[in-house]
Amino acid sequence: MSFLQNDVPLSWYLLLSAALFALGIVGFLIKRNLITVFMSIELMLNAVNLSFVTFACQWNAVKGQIFVFFVMMVAAAEAAVGLAIIIAVFRARATLAADRIDLMKL
Amino acid sequence: MHLILFVVFAGFCLAGAINLLLQSHPINSAVSLIVVMTSLAVLYLLLGAEFLAAAQIIVYAGAVMVLFTFVVMLLNAGREERTLGGRAALPIGFPAVVAILAVLATVILRAQGLGVAHLGQGLTNAPDKSNLVVLSQVLFHELLLPFEVTSVLILIAILGAVALARRDGDERTAAK
Repeated sequence: MSFLQNDVPLSWYLLLSAALFALGIVGFLIKRNLITVFMSIELMLNAVNLSFVTFACQWNAVKGQIFVFFVMMVAAAEAAVGLAIIIAVFRARATLAADRIDLMKL
Repeated sequence: MHLILFVVFAGFCLAGAINLLLQSHPINSAVSLIVVMTSLAVLYLLLGAEFLAAAQIIVYAGAVMVLFTFVVMLLNAGREERTLGGRAALPIGFPAVVAILAVLATVILRAQGLGVAHLGQGLTNAPDKSNLVVLSQVLFHELLLPFEVTSVLILIAILGAVALARRDGDERTAAK
């Protein structure tokens, strides 16, 4: 048994990654604050990163880890631009509630 | 040891993510997200990705989350009102989330040939080299061009963030 040798099956890491991704989707759906919605997106990115690292461990492929490195850099750029957009929206509408930002709604 | 560390920090991850959903104030959600990201760094360490664990702490738990907390404090974001999603979220969204999770879990659990993670093993095709050496050899030889292009992306992101967040009034005074 692998449990007795204290090794963790990689499928557990993948299950954790799937659970975190699902929680990110739920947060994206139920949160009404723009900043918290954005945090849920970051949570989903982190969940995908975890599965990348897990598969890098599975296939002994260092490129999986490098891909995570690139995802981190793009996520940092995305956070800077996204938060700037949120600040601009807050200046224009004086609210962060996603329900009240409905200029493009039919 | 590996099992204990995995269970503890996976528990931290899930607890932080659930707490992110339950808290109504954004600053509490931000702190929960920091807990999730720091626990993920420990899990990267368990999987033999030392460099990514450090980068996760510095870039995500450090830089990105400091940006988030700064914006939360700058905009003085208060408690959000709960409406539990839009009209489409309840009948379509949540069954879709459950379906996605079920499909993912089924695929993962039925996958053949998934190995186990040994503590301190890392990538076994170069056992005498550290993770950082292997990673940088690929990053700076084979993937040098994408790496350099990313620096241009970061520069554009900085300029875009400054241009977006600047007030219009400052622009007019600068034009004069």
